[in-house]
Amino acid sequence: MDINPVFLLAAVIVASTPILLAAIGELVVERSGVLNLGVEGMMITGAVCGYIAGHQSGSALVGFAGAAAGGAAVAALFGLLTLGLLTNQVATGLALTLFGVGLAAMAGQGYVAPNPVSVPKLPIPGLSDIPALGHIFFNHDGMVYLSIALVVAVWWFLERSRGGLILRAIGENHEAAHALGYNVRRVRFAAILFGGACAGLGGAYISLVRVPQWIDNITAGAGWIALAIVVFAGWKPWRLVAGAYLFGGVTALQLNIQASGLAIPVEYLSMSPYIATIIVLAALSGGRAPGSLGKIFHASR
Amino acid sequence: MKRRTLLATGASAAVAAALGAPVRAQTKTKVGFIYVGPINDGGWTQHHHESAMEMVAHFGDAVDFVYQESVPEGPDAERAITQMCLGGANIVFTTSFGYMDPTINVAAKFPDVKFEHATGYKQADNVGVYSAKFHEGRAVQGFLAGKMTKSNKIGYIASVPIPEVVLGINSAYIHAKKVNPDVEFKIVWIFEWLNPAKEADAAKALIEQGCDVVLQHTDSTAPQQAAKDAGNVYTFGQAADMAEFAPMPRISSIIDVWAPYYIKQVQAVMDGTWVSENTWDGIGEGMVGIGEISSAVPADIKAEAEALRDSIAGKSYNPFTGPLNKQDGSPWLADGEVAEDGVLAGLNFFVEGISGDIPS
Amino acid sequence: MLRLEKRPQPSAFWTYATPVVAVILTMVLGGILFWFLGKPPVTAIKTIFWDPLFGDFAFYYRPELLKKAAPLILIAIGLSFGFRAGIWNIGAEGQYIMGAIFGASVALAFYPMEARWLIFPLMIAAGIAGGVIWAMIPALLRVYFKTNEILVSLMLVYVADVLIKAFSVGLLRNPDGNGFPGSRNLKQYPSAANLDLWTDTGIHWGVVTAVFAVVVAYVFFARHQFGFNVRLAGQSPRAAAFAGVNPNRLVLVCMALSGGLAGVAGMFEVAGPSGQILGSFPAFYGFTAIIVAFLGRLHPVGILLAGLLMALTYIGGDAAQSAMNLPSAAIQMFQGMLLFSLLSVDVLTNYRIRLTTAKVA
Repeated sequence: MDINPVFLLAAVIVASTPILLAAIGELVVERSGVLNLGVEGMMITGAVCGYIAGHQSGSALVGFAGAAAGGAAVAALFGLLTLGLLTNQVATGLALTLFGVGLAAMAGQGYVAPNPVSVPKLPIPGLSDIPALGHIFFNHDGMVYLSIALVVAVWWFLERSRGGLILRAIGENHEAAHALGYNVRRVRFAAILFGGACAGLGGAYISLVRVPQWIDNITAGAGWIALAIVVFAGWKPWRLVAGAYLFGGVTALQLNIQASGLAIPVEYLSMSPYIATIIVLAALSGGRAPGSLGKIFHASR
Repeated sequence: MKRRTLLATGASAAVAAALGAPVRAQTKTKVGFIYVGPINDGGWTQHHHESAMEMVAHFGDAVDFVYQESVPEGPDAERAITQMCLGGANIVFTTSFGYMDPTINVAAKFPDVKFEHATGYKQADNVGVYSAKFHEGRAVQGFLAGKMTKSNKIGYIASVPIPEVVLGINSAYIHAKKVNPDVEFKIVWIFEWLNPAKEADAAKALIEQGCDVVLQHTDSTAPQQAAKDAGNVYTFGQAADMAEFAPMPRISSIIDVWAPYYIKQVQAVMDGTWVSENTWDGIGEGMVGIGEISSAVPADIKAEAEALRDSIAGKSYNPFTGPLNKQDGSPWLADGEVAEDGVLAGLNFFVEGISGDIPS
Repeated sequence: MLRLEKRPQPSAFWTYATPVVAVILTMVLGGILFWFLGKPPVTAIKTIFWDPLFGDFAFYYRPELLKKAAPLILIAIGLSFGFRAGIWNIGAEGQYIMGAIFGASVALAFYPMEARWLIFPLMIAAGIAGGVIWAMIPALLRVYFKTNEILVSLMLVYVADVLIKAFSVGLLRNPDGNGFPGSRNLKQYPSAANLDLWTDTGIHWGVVTAVFAVVVAYVFFARHQFGFNVRLAGQSPRAAAFAGVNPNRLVLVCMALSGGLAGVAGMFEVAGPSGQILGSFPAFYGFTAIIVAFLGRLHPVGILLAGLLMALTYIGGDAAQSAMNLPSAAIQMFQGMLLFSLLSVDVLTNYRIRLTTAKVA
């Protein structure tokens, strides 16, 4: 009758992985001072590219590689427009979502079939046998581990590496960074590509693992949630994990509450993470957005 | 009233003008379809589209077929339907509940065009409504679920709280309970008709809660996949046969069979015999199909299920036959009493034994 | 190598020429797309851009165009104030939804009383109030907590979306609706209906309000002190402060303006073209309006034209789908391409493209 926390938490991790992947990419993009609202478009492009690549090759690895490439390709379009032609980031990002959803639906026609490739679980020897914790954390497929590894890598890059310092400096004040001789556009373009690749991986996790099949609009708004999580996390990688698991958790929890027969009105529960995000935003002064976020950079010399 | 006909006559004059000088000899019947999803959604819309294509294949050159997919319910639908009428459609099928008011509105402006609205309840002289008694199929599923479950816990992925879905839950529960008094239903509402990720999560949550049979009133095969991964869980195809998951986990299915109806109604338009009707057909009329009961089901249970199916088809048995009480224990149907279609079409309560509320 | 050089003044020529260039560019790219799909490209482009305006059924499409454009223009005009001042309300979709919920709730509370003189004005007030309240949340948080309004307003879109879906099956569900989701149809409630003022012209109160908003905004930006303050704050916050502009008050006023206009747009839509509170009511108008605001270069007349163009692609796109059996995905892609090209050719207005030699580092 009640909910088994071990299985719930394991389910939460799987449900959260797509948004975590997309969010870690967007976090890097935003830290570089670019606001790309096209995450949904990049995710769904990744979902369809991953599906097609996996379906054609029969290999999950090729599938995910294709997803990353697809996501990065549409992100490159965003980069060319916003950095090269100095278009407004908000409007371009929204247009990218529109474009990506259409593109994915076009590309996916004729690929509607379930289960393209199998993505095996990779229990970590030793650790996965720990009672409870082993099942929650160490009995997943490779992408779950990769998502965590990416968070660690991004944290290390942003906080500990020289490259990360430059990226943050550009995000805080692109004029000053430019004056110091850093190539603002190159760094931002790289960040945008990384963001696209991550969003693509997140989308492919849905179409290759979580569902797994290709259907129009399969991401169903996950990209928008990824945007929310970045804000929730205050642009900090570690808090991102908590945010992703909170958002994924509320979804999984409300389904589990229903399945367990508890009488809680679940319709309104699904808006709680957004309200939590707003409260966190208001309460934490540390959650300050990067200084140049969303602003157009043009090097006038 | 005058103004309305003004538009209509203006429209037909314009149509005539558009089609050029030689007086249009109406040789072809133009048939339009409005879909709520993309034609490859794997569920509701895909099934309507495939049925429409069967209709086209049946008539060949005699029909001119147009469709518009992913039409949002609301003002865009009204425009899409009008567009088809302006384009010279003779009959338009609007295949989602939310198209009800738009269909009625457009129909008032085009008295010469026939309209068929799926799953609604508002009729007009030139608007007929049609739907299928899916709950007849649910009775067979409930029977199989009650027989096959070992844990006595049956999961039900419900979509949107409307009478059709509530009927399905009741019908399945009644027939599961009849053959297995210990059976318990766990219902998860996802408030959408098609959201593969959510459906998959809901199926996993139900399986995790110990359900070893999962019924779905949502359109994707994601729950089938989740059941397959879990191993010993039985499922049923929804809308489509979903035979790719047979014999396990899919042990049977409810199939929407629209093609014969489409052929019949288009033929009526061609013959000039079309009249506005309220069609609610079930297994007997062939609008609800029961997919092949797979080899995972023991032969004797399969035979019983088929007998139940045939008795419903032959009208000797109605799935809602008393004695039945409402959820709160108050009496609903007396012993042997049969629910009327009118009551069923607007049903908004659970029968006794089901726990949980219908969201409102 | 190509290099961009900022013009001292936006080019007058390119200001007018770029939209034309963009539309031509999209026609070419879109034509290629349709050709790839095996459809005659010229016919497809003509169906989208020409037929709704001048085709055989233009008598039907022109009014539809107004109805589709009105909410986009209303919302975009409201947004343009904030955007000019550097205040980024991207949650207009949420304010639009709340306006609809508030407006419809008032009507449903009075149902079935007939008193249009009372109910309809109250609905307008409620619609504005709904949008303003929803916009005040990010505004007040920005003023008092320095919270980023882009993100708070975006979060509130999701909350509004959950609310309207829940209300359509719960609180506001039509008790006589056979248990189906959705509220009563306000179009069939004479005291609340926002119908065409002159039958089949497409001109309802929302269209009238949109035109009025364009005129007022034009006057404000051209002549009024407030319009000047807004522009100043956007270009140079420091100069604005010296000029005595209170930045907090500016945030509140701009957010209230955009929220109120989005809210009233939602109310006009739910009482008119849509008719019902439904889960499918949110149609991305709030986000599309952001694009409209930028395409119109935040200028009232530009927004008017951009809103009409955007509405044309929707209506023409739908027409092309049913006339040529084009997949809806292709139309979406096409709209994305149109936006990309409109946004990108804009660079010619503000920048000069220079060929530079490699020695410039």
